[in-house]
Amino acid sequence: MSAILPLRLEGVSFAAGGRTIIPRLDLTLEAGASTIILGANGAGKSVLMRLMHGLLAPSTGRVVWSTEGPRRRQAMVFQRPVMLRRSALANVVYALDAAGVPVGQQARLAREALQEVGLSHVAGRAARVLSGGEQQRLALARAWALHPEVLFLDEPTANLDPGATREIESVIKAFDVAGTKIVMSTHNLGQARRLGDEVIFLYQGRVAERAPIEKFFPQPASPEAAAFIKGELPWA
Amino acid sequence: MTAHWIFADPRLWQIVGLSLAVSLSAVVCATLLGLPLGAAIAVGRFPGRQAVIVVLNALMGLPPVVVGLFVYLLLSRAGPLGELGLLFTPAAMVIAQTILIVPIIAALARQAVEDAWREYEEQLRSLGVQGMHGALTVLWDIRFSLLTAVLAGLGRASAEVGAVMIVGGNIDGVTRVMTTTIALETSKGDLPLALGLGIVLIAIVLALNAGAHLVKEAAQRRHG
Repeated sequence: MSAILPLRLEGVSFAAGGRTIIPRLDLTLEAGASTIILGANGAGKSVLMRLMHGLLAPSTGRVVWSTEGPRRRQAMVFQRPVMLRRSALANVVYALDAAGVPVGQQARLAREALQEVGLSHVAGRAARVLSGGEQQRLALARAWALHPEVLFLDEPTANLDPGATREIESVIKAFDVAGTKIVMSTHNLGQARRLGDEVIFLYQGRVAERAPIEKFFPQPASPEAAAFIKGELPWA
Repeated sequence: MTAHWIFADPRLWQIVGLSLAVSLSAVVCATLLGLPLGAAIAVGRFPGRQAVIVVLNALMGLPPVVVGLFVYLLLSRAGPLGELGLLFTPAAMVIAQTILIVPIIAALARQAVEDAWREYEEQLRSLGVQGMHGALTVLWDIRFSLLTAVLAGLGRASAEVGAVMIVGGNIDGVTRVMTTTIALETSKGDLPLALGLGIVLIAIVLALNAGAHLVKEAAQRRHG
């Protein structure tokens, strides 16, 4: 299977309802380093990830993967996961089926994925009655089963308590170790430090700064990023 | 003539049986047609979609006698389907009631699926699920909520008199159902039979709705 990365955004803009959310953007994402997308509310983080994932079509420009037909090789986990009214296991099986995995392999892959996120004990339970943290881990299991080359995460822990957040973070690390490229937006700067290798900082739909994580936080190069870090960490 | 005598009358139960057979058959047919139709309109994006929704909603108020007339013309000896010989049979009544309630089930399903689709769309598209596959996934996922749409259809079918009167002909022992009997017996002055049937009709509709409500509640607790 040939790699779908690098992903290139060429002159991408996005407008909706007469409002320009992303004016014009050129960006390349390589395999390997985990990328954290930071920015204030409304900076265009969610839109950018949806453009990359293919949920939104750019108004102008192109989103180009290095090989065509990338659908199965990328997955996305949303802030609020949507589970179907069936068991946890059946939700993972559904995703595998939608991705065209042969029926004979679906149950085994789904069980492995639940095992990976620590949800084997609730495999038979209705997905919608699981806790918020468990549902988010189930969303990660659904992605894990597909063994994606790229995983997009849109503020995956925004609604979760610290315990559930820790569990989600450890699963995200496991994806990274398994070789999946992580592209995640977050408001949690501690989380950005724990999981990220590089930061893309968005300001009003533009990339104001892109830097390795160990450089970005102590010495942000752009005034916007400096103000943002200061605002998020008022004691710093 | 006492009420006791009325409920012991085998004619009454024969009429009740035929009513249920006709209306339930019509509901099954209309559900099989109406749910996928409603879901397709909910999820589909095609030119004239808004007009289709307006027409579909308007058709919920289709007058039963007009549907009866339409099916009568279709099935009458000189009509396009006259050769089937279905006029004045229970089959003709099922056809008329199906036409009457497909718009009800489709319109209510369209609304329910469209509301749910807002929640599901991104997630399903992210998983590579599109079009009719997505519509059917949502349809199945909200199947217990759709019971309400099906019940609305059943209520309409079991309560209407105009369509079955015209295409069935109200033939004693063949196409006589509860509503046509009530209309006939009332005009003849046999009020106890009419009243007895009225009570049975309301009891059946109530029982079916109660049953559906319990199923829905149980499903809600189990699936969330």
